[in-house]
Amino acid sequence: MKLPRAWVLAFGITLALLAGCHRDAQPSWRLTDVSGHLPDLAFKLTDDNGKPVTAADYRGKVLLVYFGYTHCPDVCPLTLAQLHVVMQRLGAKADDARILFVSVDPARDTPQTMHAYVNAFDKRAVGLVGPDKDIEALAKQLRSAYTREPDKGDGSYDVSHSSAIYLFDRDGKARVLATPSASQDDMVHDLSLLIDLGAKA
Amino acid sequence: MMPRPSLLAAVAATLWLLIAGSAIAGDADTVTASNAWIRVLPGNLPAGAFADFTNASDHAVALTGASSTRYGQAMLHRSSTEGGMGRMEAVDKMEIPAHGSAKLSPGAYHVMLMQAKPAVVPGDNVVITLSFSDGSHKDVTFQARPANAL
Repeated sequence: MKLPRAWVLAFGITLALLAGCHRDAQPSWRLTDVSGHLPDLAFKLTDDNGKPVTAADYRGKVLLVYFGYTHCPDVCPLTLAQLHVVMQRLGAKADDARILFVSVDPARDTPQTMHAYVNAFDKRAVGLVGPDKDIEALAKQLRSAYTREPDKGDGSYDVSHSSAIYLFDRDGKARVLATPSASQDDMVHDLSLLIDLGAKA
Repeated sequence: MMPRPSLLAAVAATLWLLIAGSAIAGDADTVTASNAWIRVLPGNLPAGAFADFTNASDHAVALTGASSTRYGQAMLHRSSTEGGMGRMEAVDKMEIPAHGSAKLSPGAYHVMLMQAKPAVVPGDNVVITLSFSDGSHKDVTFQARPANAL
């Protein structure tokens, strides 16, 4: 049996209204909502103190995950500087968040170089390194990609990489996605909402 | 007493050099640079240099390169995040339009500085010689700033 078109329309409108009501209870993100579209954060890597870590070690913290490498002279420092300013603007609240800077250059980035690098930007930034296969697995999980470009002749090379910043909630669930061109206000807004979610009263 | 001919020749040569010098200064003279700074990264990592330029002349000028006694290598680069991928490429020049302006800025055109000697630390002033398409040069003082400066 075919439902009359008017009924279908009415049903659709009711659903939309219900969804509208329901959405009010949800955070109104300004960045791209990716809830339910990416798997929960999972990795086994080494932090910038040389300690083996997994995603579970960061449960309870809101995470900003960003792929890059220390020899990246421009885009990565710009993004990390912006993330630092975003964290600064949150004040003490930012202690509930961590920036995870994941190296896509396993050949050159060591825990030591990553340690000096991330701390030059923000004390709440963590550098993560690991073998190519583990970095690739995480990148794949997050629908991200990176490519080592050809040698420039003097042994140096660039690595092209996805420039997105992934924001995870305290339970390791992917919530929103930001591009490096996202406004600082929007980043502060969404990060603040994420920190409020599940904060201990 | 008459000046010796050799002295006259030296004075003439100096004058000629001054005139010739100002003639080849060309584009470097019509371009002004401001807000020149370097983002200093830890260790011996490459650093980006940035500045704002205005061109007072009625013809386009191109910035074609850079060098500094403080760095082993300086290259004109452009980074982009087109298509969601961060990448970088070496470029030959950056155009500064007639009666217009252009910028070396984070995430776009910049000078990539490598092999600092001695190490550059925030607060340092570093002179970088910029080259223009007509062969002229300009010394610009860049201020070294911390990694997380914006």
